[in-house]
Amino acid sequence: MTANAWLQIGLYLAVLLLTVKPLGTYMAAVFSDAPNRVTRLGAPIERLLYRLCGVRADEDMSWKRYAVAMLVFNVLGLLAVYLLQRVQQWLPLNPQHFDAVSADSAMNTAISFATNTNWQGYGGESTMSYLTQMLGLAVQNFLSAATGIAVLIALIRGFVRKTTQGIGNFWVDMTRSTLYVLLPLSLVLALVLVAQGVPQNFKPYETVPLVQATTATETVKDADGNAQKDAAGKDVTKESQVTEQSLPLGPAASQIAIKQLGTNGGGYYNANSAHPYENPTPLSNFLEVLSILLLPAALCYTFGAMVGDRRQGWALLATMFVIFVPLLIGCALAEQAGNPALTGLNLDQNATVLQAGGNMEGKETRFGIVNSAIWATATTAASNGSVNATHDSFTPLGGLVPMWLIQLGEVIFGGVGSGLYGMLAFAVVAVFIAGLMVGRTPEYLGKKIEAYEMKMASLVVLIPCALVVVGTAIAVLAPAGVAGIANPGIHGFSEVLYALSSASNNNGSAFGGLSANTPFWNVLLGICMFLARFPLAIGMLAIAGSLAAKKHVPQSAGTLPTHTPLFVVLLASTVIVIGALTFLPALALGPIAEQLVAIGH
Amino acid sequence: MLKIIRQALLILLFLTVLTGVAYPLAVTGLAQILFPSQANGSLIEHDGKALGSSLIGQPFADPKYFWSRPSATTPFANNSTSSTGSNLGPTNSALTDAVKQRIDALHAADPGNDAPTPVDLVTASGSGLDPEISPAAAQYQLARVARVRGRTQADVAKLVAEATEGRQFGILGEPRVNVLRLNLLLDGKL
Amino acid sequence: MSTIQTSALDTRLLLPAIGDAFRKLSPRAQFRNPVMFVVFVCSILTTLLWLQALHGDGEAPAGFILGVALWLWFTLLFANFAEAIAEGRGKAQAASLRGARKDVVANKIPSLDRRDAITVGAAHDLRKDDLVIIKAGEFIPGDGEIVEGAATVDESAVTGESAPVIRESGGDRSSVTGGTRVLSDWIIVRITSNPGESFLDRMIAMVEGASRRKTPNEIALTILLAKFSLIFLLACATLLPYSLYAVKSAGHGEPVTITVLVALLVCLIPTTIGGLLSAIGIAGMDRMIQANVIAMSGRAVEAAGDVDVLLLDKTGTITLGNRQAVAFHAAPDVDDNALANAAQLASLADETPEGRSIVVLAKEKFGLREREVGGSGVVFVPFTAQTRMSGVDIGGQHIRKGALDAVKKYIESQGGQLPVAVVRVAEDIARKGGTPLVVAENEQALGVIELKDIVKGGIRERFAELRRMGIKTIMITGDNPLTAASIAAEAGVDDYLAEATPEAKLQLIRNIQAEGRLVAMCGDGTNDAPALAQADVAVAMNSGTQAAKEAGNMVDLDSNPTKLIEVVEIGKQLLITRGALTTFSIANDVAKYFAIIPAAFASTYPALNTLNIMHLATPQSAILSAVIFNALIIIFLIPLALKGVRYRAVGAGELLRRNLLVYGVTGLIVPFVGIKLIDMLLVALGLA
Repeated sequence: MTANAWLQIGLYLAVLLLTVKPLGTYMAAVFSDAPNRVTRLGAPIERLLYRLCGVRADEDMSWKRYAVAMLVFNVLGLLAVYLLQRVQQWLPLNPQHFDAVSADSAMNTAISFATNTNWQGYGGESTMSYLTQMLGLAVQNFLSAATGIAVLIALIRGFVRKTTQGIGNFWVDMTRSTLYVLLPLSLVLALVLVAQGVPQNFKPYETVPLVQATTATETVKDADGNAQKDAAGKDVTKESQVTEQSLPLGPAASQIAIKQLGTNGGGYYNANSAHPYENPTPLSNFLEVLSILLLPAALCYTFGAMVGDRRQGWALLATMFVIFVPLLIGCALAEQAGNPALTGLNLDQNATVLQAGGNMEGKETRFGIVNSAIWATATTAASNGSVNATHDSFTPLGGLVPMWLIQLGEVIFGGVGSGLYGMLAFAVVAVFIAGLMVGRTPEYLGKKIEAYEMKMASLVVLIPCALVVVGTAIAVLAPAGVAGIANPGIHGFSEVLYALSSASNNNGSAFGGLSANTPFWNVLLGICMFLARFPLAIGMLAIAGSLAAKKHVPQSAGTLPTHTPLFVVLLASTVIVIGALTFLPALALGPIAEQLVAIGH
Repeated sequence: MLKIIRQALLILLFLTVLTGVAYPLAVTGLAQILFPSQANGSLIEHDGKALGSSLIGQPFADPKYFWSRPSATTPFANNSTSSTGSNLGPTNSALTDAVKQRIDALHAADPGNDAPTPVDLVTASGSGLDPEISPAAAQYQLARVARVRGRTQADVAKLVAEATEGRQFGILGEPRVNVLRLNLLLDGKL
Repeated sequence: MSTIQTSALDTRLLLPAIGDAFRKLSPRAQFRNPVMFVVFVCSILTTLLWLQALHGDGEAPAGFILGVALWLWFTLLFANFAEAIAEGRGKAQAASLRGARKDVVANKIPSLDRRDAITVGAAHDLRKDDLVIIKAGEFIPGDGEIVEGAATVDESAVTGESAPVIRESGGDRSSVTGGTRVLSDWIIVRITSNPGESFLDRMIAMVEGASRRKTPNEIALTILLAKFSLIFLLACATLLPYSLYAVKSAGHGEPVTITVLVALLVCLIPTTIGGLLSAIGIAGMDRMIQANVIAMSGRAVEAAGDVDVLLLDKTGTITLGNRQAVAFHAAPDVDDNALANAAQLASLADETPEGRSIVVLAKEKFGLREREVGGSGVVFVPFTAQTRMSGVDIGGQHIRKGALDAVKKYIESQGGQLPVAVVRVAEDIARKGGTPLVVAENEQALGVIELKDIVKGGIRERFAELRRMGIKTIMITGDNPLTAASIAAEAGVDDYLAEATPEAKLQLIRNIQAEGRLVAMCGDGTNDAPALAQADVAVAMNSGTQAAKEAGNMVDLDSNPTKLIEVVEIGKQLLITRGALTTFSIANDVAKYFAIIPAAFASTYPALNTLNIMHLATPQSAILSAVIFNALIIIFLIPLALKGVRYRAVGAGELLRRNLLVYGVTGLIVPFVGIKLIDMLLVALGLA
């Protein structure tokens, strides 16, 4: 890699680290039980909102009530998105006159956005009306992220509180996440993005002439929608002259800002952040990719601040970095090395001052290799799932990195809130094993970890793993599943494995070749996304409730310290070992085999 | 339970108004005041007529033009209403074939040029709408364009330099050449 | 102290254990342990596949399937064997206890007034509240409380301690245990337990493991292991569809066989810890027994590892039972030597430990030899409750030693005056926690002997060790706060409770528990019972009252209060052994992947053979080697499971680092070596 590549990686990590403390401190104030400068600022709006909605802000919910509120709220949001898509043709703000979205696709998309996955079976600029994008998708971008933060905050309260039933008020946590954290950050980011060239308007698509006319080639379809074949069995095609380009506009910046900040990732345009309108410049790219990890990283600090020991937060962040940085570098090296299959051609894949070189298939010129690698690892470490290059066309090893990061359970940063609470489930497992090894019933942050917590943490770790391997098995057995595979051979298996990993961990990115907008895939992935989100959140809330009811064990020399480098190593090993042991066989049949075959031939 | 459902509905409603209506309207209002050109698609305008967007690439196949990066959009290249990459896997033979074809096409247009082809000029971009090519890719085509157009290479090189952008702040991203701008300059439309 | 020592490889235990290993193959026994149940099902499955292969339509060569099947059965047998060995040691102990429960004769009497109306019955017919009379040479027929009389009792059958102990009515030494023998005198005992519920019965049940329940921590670990098993089950089962797809898309190769998937599954699930888990638990109880402590539940043993605070009685635990002379403080105008001489003379006939210590001190400090003082004119004056002094009269020399006020009265009665300086010295000593004995000759006060509690040798280091383990020590004493503080400082305990009453003790325990800490204590008296019942780990002295024993959750047969520290270590050792073997087990999986994955898919993707970094000979030998290693490692680790991982009194961080290195890193490396060796052996034997 070039010196500039290292510089860009270093700059990214440094700026990310610099934001952790201020933003983390701010969020700790937002969710603090005691009134403070921050919450006083928005108090009038909050009060008005609560009064209008009949919410008593001081009601302390038990974990069960908290979970019910969370679930009801999210299911209602899910239904709203579904309905919007199904009736968009009759609603305003649909300048392109898009039809209703099909039932299975609408269901898939509704679940996808409500679960913070933002898997997209559809192409945004050719499917969704402005109204659907704004009132349905963008709103869920906010609310699903806010839900994740709320569940995390409730869990933190479980650690902090002693012998009590209550873990906070879901409505308040959710409202505050939206009002104090997501909205202001989005507003700022959206405006900067507009300045860089992201559209923000309510105009219909703009038509411009092409400098040089081009030819469109379309397959001719019969009445049933099937491609007509000629005598030789080839598709019959029809050619036509194209002289114009239709530029897709709309309220893009406002939605892109939140999809990055809320680890949603659902693109306004089909090509997501590879699209020059969605991500026009290197600066916009830097800010967008920074936004992916911004909140998940800062929430670690918030966690430390709220439990009264900042070192605990730094330790969790360090664990994430320990896994993230080597994988990022690995991905960048693999991509910069170029595609081994193309080495025989008269092709220049080397990095020089005049070009980025490397494996440029599916990548944008302005981002080159290193920015594509940073994005690919960040977006899959966090459960963002937006892309600025097509992962499907990454080299086998380069593509292995994002896939494996997803399979680690979306805990290396992970989703806003959900990543950290997932990481805490791993911490519970790690602390348990470590506790045994020092001869004490394990405790974490002064709370004893017993059979009940173990059961819930195990469920939280187990469910995504199970969904991935079982879902993949179903997909490769079902003809309808195999039908969606675009690339032949080993890579086809990787596409399926990636799709299931992505859905079952609420990431949302894809090996995009897979044609997943079919009833089979929409239903299968819809189920995976739903099960990967809500049972996990409820499991963590159950842990929160159980912890809150416990006494606080004071620290002693016999207590295992959970802020040391040793614990960081242990926690990272736990995450890696579970991820590696579960998925190694599947990965061996996918990217590992593909890489070995590619360099072998 | 009923109480929770009612609360959930009301909160959903109010937050939808806040995040789904007020927020995008506020951003739109501010954007239209502060950055009207960018907010409306960064159009390249000449004499009040839109010639294209500086951000959306166009397809070029004529030897007199600098060619854009290959585009995998359907049914025609650089279809801006259907952005997509090729999604061809790295070991897919279709990818190797496509790259070979593109190298051959470049050769056909410029038979004497035996230099190794810069990789970005023969691999499809992620969006299918990449407005830019690497300086290496521009360099590779410079002699051809100059020859076909009957202009000196230095003349064309000047225009290339005009359409070239370095790394942002000297660090971010990669240096690149805006193809549409460059070709419009060549045509004298700017 | 004689403990029943049984080494892990005692041949007397081996043979029955092998038999038990087969007996434990029943589905019901296997179902208790989710990990081993998976192995059990896999064994049956591969056996069926082998039978199918014998009929000619097998998915793989019959010999290979048989090899895998056999080693899966061995895996189960080895795990069963480990458990059986652990249980065997308990059984041996139980057998010796049962020997004590002879069917003895019970001499029942209707009431204390009619003690001659003896009805002779069998011991096992005795009910609660029956009265029995036991004379010298007779066995005590059941657990009970002495209501009248005192006797020396041989309790060796229960405690292994051969020296007889005194048991008497009233006070804290009134309980007797069935099966022990009265050596002298007679006692009348009120029976306190019904048949089958006696202390001995419960002990036997405990050591046999009959009443063994999974402890909370064991349950949590089982959940974790079950989770791992489930993940691996899914990961392996889904490999079949993946493989089918791979074969189809590659256009060549064979799908992976069920035998190979089963082998992979068994290698991956944590069989090492799963197979040894119950053996570790039983061995933990067994180590308690070897320390002569009977734990009433596994939960108590586990809780011992978690203890944060130790409550220790001062007397007997921290200090020697008796005070000793440490200094002579002569009165003004009196020679130190003269004081020492008089003090020694006064103590020559004093056979109490205090008296002996004065003689010894005089000898050490002033070279005064112990003399034979005898003959006429020498009269020893013994200590009486009235005078509260002792001494000696030699001719006209009247030497007395005793408490300040007693000697003061004596001097004044002789017409003398106790100097103020002497009074001040005596008071100073008392304030520092010592006991002053004033020595007088006739009317003249010679000075003061300072007696002090002597802190047991090495106890300070022990407490420092506990502190490193994160355990706080609190000394309980009836002394005044001043005395308590000085001894506490000398012994190095963290805190003390002075002028302790049973109520204060109970309150202290409750306060500590309210802070979220776990408390361990030991006690023997009836007035300890409430505190014992409240404490999380309560060790009752076997010499103590029945009430204390009922209230505690452990009984120390040696009645040694320092044992508490050992109990804590055994508890920790139990948890550490589980943690270490879990880590080892999971770390093993890495090597097994490298052995099996290339072998399983080599026919579809030969390129995967790059991952065969151990260069195992053939796919079949690779898989067999992994399975064989997986089974053998259980056998190799049985001694560790039974003996327990050594506990070191260092901080938690240091302990974790050490154990992670030892068990995590070796867990990574060992299987690479082991599998390669087995593979080479298979090749050498022509089985590859």
